[in-house]
Amino acid sequence: MTKWLEEHMPKLVLAPSFIIVLIFVYGFIGWTAWVSLTRSRLLPKYEIDGFIQYDRLFSSPRWETAFSNLFVFGFLFIVIAMILGLTLAILLDQNIRTEGAIRTIYLYPMALSMIVTGTAWKWILNPGLGLEATVRGWGFENFTFNWLVDPDMAIYTVVIAAIWQSSGFVMALFLAGLRSVDQEIIRAAQIDGIPTWRVYTAIIIPAMAPIFLSAFIVLSHLAIKSFDLVIALTGGGPGYATDLPATYMYTMAFSRGDIGQAASSAMIMMMVVFAIVVPYLYSELRVKDD
Amino acid sequence: MTDMSYSPPRSGNRTVKIALRWTLYIMLGLFALFYLMPLFVMVTTSFKSLDEIRTGDLISLPREVTFEAWRTAWSGACTGIQCEGVRPFFWNSVLIAIPAVLLSTLIGALNGYVVAQWRFRGANLFFALMLFGCFIPFQVVLLPMARMLGLMGLAGTIPGLIFVHVIYGLGFTTLFFRNYYVSIPSELTKAAKVDGAGFFRIFWSIFLPLSLPIIVVTVIWQFTQIWNDFLFGVSFSQAGTQPVTVALNNIVNSTTGVKAYNVDMAAAIIAALPTLFVYVVAGKYFVRGLTAGSVKG
Repeated sequence: MTKWLEEHMPKLVLAPSFIIVLIFVYGFIGWTAWVSLTRSRLLPKYEIDGFIQYDRLFSSPRWETAFSNLFVFGFLFIVIAMILGLTLAILLDQNIRTEGAIRTIYLYPMALSMIVTGTAWKWILNPGLGLEATVRGWGFENFTFNWLVDPDMAIYTVVIAAIWQSSGFVMALFLAGLRSVDQEIIRAAQIDGIPTWRVYTAIIIPAMAPIFLSAFIVLSHLAIKSFDLVIALTGGGPGYATDLPATYMYTMAFSRGDIGQAASSAMIMMMVVFAIVVPYLYSELRVKDD
Repeated sequence: MTDMSYSPPRSGNRTVKIALRWTLYIMLGLFALFYLMPLFVMVTTSFKSLDEIRTGDLISLPREVTFEAWRTAWSGACTGIQCEGVRPFFWNSVLIAIPAVLLSTLIGALNGYVVAQWRFRGANLFFALMLFGCFIPFQVVLLPMARMLGLMGLAGTIPGLIFVHVIYGLGFTTLFFRNYYVSIPSELTKAAKVDGAGFFRIFWSIFLPLSLPIIVVTVIWQFTQIWNDFLFGVSFSQAGTQPVTVALNNIVNSTTGVKAYNVDMAAAIIAALPTLFVYVVAGKYFVRGLTAGSVKG
């Protein structure tokens, strides 16, 4: 008996986690997928009724805003955070004496809750007493910066706050990448008199392709999951101008009592995530097996 | 280090070099200001009186430092009908985070140990399933989880939130420990087995003593995640069991009365202090967790 126990101990230790993951991740995804195909409203129903929830979803103007916001926000957030992160990493890579301290400053927002970030930027960007009023107080009477309350511009305030929060992290990724590039090649290029900017564009940056991919995966993942930041910064408003799929799903699930819509929007979110992550994970796991 | 200052002397003269150096430091300084500005504004606003805030200068230092906003934020601000400040919710977060961090780290360590060192058929599949679970948007489990917590009698309770955080933290903790233990030669395990050591004995006497760095990384990662969580907190708590992030959001968005920006900022700083403290004290490990969680994941 003890011998059997000893032999199977690894499996026994793994079993609870395995069962938990099967139920709470895969079973739950299955449940949500199932319910997204029913006519569920306030309470879940289990009779499959085709794609009616998805039809409703894609004919809802609110979802249309949320879904297109995801791409506007995601695109700007990812592109700007990457450019900024790479720039900061290259600047910091020039033998800066105070590098440690500067890195700490650039990265600390990552330790904050998105709710804290949202609260801070909501205060800074509020037109009445924040940045706008401050600059006007300096004598620029016509200065206007009211993106936070402008339905067409409010989504860009989310972009600003999200970049502030995450770009330092992208910098840390790139900085680690810059330092993993083979120093011999760089030294050789310098001896050949190749200018510094060429060393970066022709040697170092191409060698960091995997880091770009990682940064892209992490940032797109952050973008799709962005929920707290929107809630704290704009509450989805003005109106529903800054809704994202995550806030749409939450509203449907917990304030509107529309489980069918909540489930179908959650499934769309998952599909977007999987479209990005699955090819990446697949290639990663394959490499590890080789 | 990509050391560009060693470029040969023929590239440019001294003056140009010094000018470039200065430009570089000025740019780095400006970026530092960009990152520090919101924190600076938060801190100064929290020490101002509302009257002073109404004059509308965001970046001036407080003319008269007052701790009133801090006192209100900690024990008097309204989070809905309740007006007890963030204090009770701060302790809720502590009560949620500590057991959830410890449990998920412990289980993750055991899982990682099995997957990395006791390879059996299916162990890789398990790991792949776990890894995949790290990436799902939690919205997709929100509805069934709400029902499940109800069925388990844990709806709106702190144990319920601990349970949720442990489950959805397991993917990352397993990943961290697996990647760490995979680099320990399996001969060590084999030799110990030959000597008659069992599964737990090997874990306890060989692996655990080697694990301090990865334990620190995992604990910091999990603590930051759980402390900063809002989605689970707002979905699965009720008035008395909300974590501090939810309370902060309620204070900021409470519609009653005059907007007290100084109280909002003080509450935000209080909510941010634990994770900021961890970051300042153990920043190296914090960054390691971030990069391990993303690059290897």
